[in-house]
Amino acid sequence: MKYSWKAIVNMYTDGFRSMTVGRSLWLVIIVKLVIIFAILKIFFFPDKLATEYDNDIDRADAVRSALSRGSESTFSD
Amino acid sequence: MNDIFSLVDWSRAQFALTAMYHWLFVPLTIGLSVIVAIMESIYVRTGKTGWKNITKFWMTLFGINFACGVATGIILEFEFGTNWSNYSWFVGDIFGAPLAIEGILAFFMEATFVAVMFFGWNKVSKRFHLVSTWLVAVGVSLSALWILVANAWMQNPVGMEFDPAQMRNTMTDFWSVAFNAVAMNKFFHAVASGWILAGVFVMGVSAWMLWKKRNIDMSRTSLQIGAWFGLVGIVLTLWTGDGSAVQVAKVQPMKLAAMEGLYNGKVGQELVGFGLLNTDKEVGDTEKEAIHYEISIPYGLSILANHDMNTFVPGINDLIDGVALSPEGDTVNTVSYADRITIGKKAQDALRAYDNALRANDSIAMQAALVDIKDNYKYFGYGFLDKPEDAVPPVALTFYAFRVMVMLGGYLLLLCILAIFACRWRTSWLEKSWFHLVAMISIPLVWICSQAGWIVAEVGRQPWVIQDLMPTGVAISDLNAGSVQFTFWLFAVLFTMLLVAEISIMLRYISKTSKTDIENNPHI
Repeated sequence: MKYSWKAIVNMYTDGFRSMTVGRSLWLVIIVKLVIIFAILKIFFFPDKLATEYDNDIDRADAVRSALSRGSESTFSD
Repeated sequence: MNDIFSLVDWSRAQFALTAMYHWLFVPLTIGLSVIVAIMESIYVRTGKTGWKNITKFWMTLFGINFACGVATGIILEFEFGTNWSNYSWFVGDIFGAPLAIEGILAFFMEATFVAVMFFGWNKVSKRFHLVSTWLVAVGVSLSALWILVANAWMQNPVGMEFDPAQMRNTMTDFWSVAFNAVAMNKFFHAVASGWILAGVFVMGVSAWMLWKKRNIDMSRTSLQIGAWFGLVGIVLTLWTGDGSAVQVAKVQPMKLAAMEGLYNGKVGQELVGFGLLNTDKEVGDTEKEAIHYEISIPYGLSILANHDMNTFVPGINDLIDGVALSPEGDTVNTVSYADRITIGKKAQDALRAYDNALRANDSIAMQAALVDIKDNYKYFGYGFLDKPEDAVPPVALTFYAFRVMVMLGGYLLLLCILAIFACRWRTSWLEKSWFHLVAMISIPLVWICSQAGWIVAEVGRQPWVIQDLMPTGVAISDLNAGSVQFTFWLFAVLFTMLLVAEISIMLRYISKTSKTDIENNPHI
């Protein structure tokens, strides 16, 4: 069997066209991806260190200071 | 202080919720992909259209689960960046590398060949289609491999060196990380557990069709394949579970002690088959009974931990005093937990000294601090604990989750044997309602078993997010507890909706399709 780009494209278009259960599934997938990437990621899950600090040196400083603080507060308890 | 506890608790609850929901979908994908590939192999070998249609029926159920489950794991990666930023930075590329390999290699492999699997019927040759189906099955398992490599590193951190300048653990030996013994066992254990789960799922759905007297021949054949596949899965799970126990006894002995509710160990330690934990029992107490109504297997835990009935298995109190099992299985005196706390605090003092020297640009002081950090780094995480008892995981949850996993595992073994016996020697049982009912009830039970296994693995390793190096409370980001609580409920709603969508689409498809003659249905 020979395959060409056209055959590959046809496989996808025919496949999508003849879907039965697949339509509901694509709806589930699209809604889910929109919620995950367009809502959750942007509004609720920023990368804390990436957004709050400009470079890796500052990020390393922040983590070092957070971990050192943890230890000091343990001492003070 | 309450706010801190609340933030840690909500962050843990949120991660647990997300991971547990994700794991509802994953094991079925792992196992069902192999079952579908086996069925298609039979079709290619026999050339019978009936097998092609049976394959397509189960492949559609695989597709529904795949679609609902795909990308649910990405949320865990979001949580690493937002809720666990200290941890994410601290683990550096060690955690990132396996996850990146998973994303690039395995996910794209799955994504490419899933399309051929679903759309390629009659478009590509039979053999190419079969190869694609098998590659999807392999890709799914490879995805699991890299995730489990990352997880195993947290349980047994190897192949790295801590760099205080970057404040990261940097990978020094990729192969030690990739072939970490804990990772290998964990991988085979998790994949085999997915096989049981899928086997029981196929048995349960087939039993429902038998109960409804629909597609009798196909249902019997599928049930038999599910039972054999489940049996292979459970035998492999038992075998790898035994390997895991031997490793846990040496790498995470406190987890094993919590799994058994064992406070004071002995030579020839028994394994608790059944019992109720005494909630009044506290660490350090040697008088009170740890377990009420105990039914035990003599020497069981010694055999499980070291394959030797005369092995001394240390309990929680012994471990705190520094008694442990060596890698060779001998009882040895190591560093007591009180001393580990002192050493950990020394490492952290050195880290502070390094920080001050770095700010003052004092390279000699930095070098001196670096030596101190390296000398004491092994117990770095203990420096965050107040007292040795803080290194003990929640005993009750670990103990009961382990019993649920083992008891249900035993039940599933019997179920598979029963189903194989029925298929081969008592076919009349396949028409009985009790048999159908048992197989159908087993579907939720196999999921409970699978989840209980993860509870043992993850709750049992507390308080560590990275064994001995970073406790969970230190790994979290400084966020508002209310916002974490809000996203917890948001996820609870979102994932529940996904689960309801999956179950309803599956049930609708099974109900509708099973009314037709599946083996002779050209439109399946």
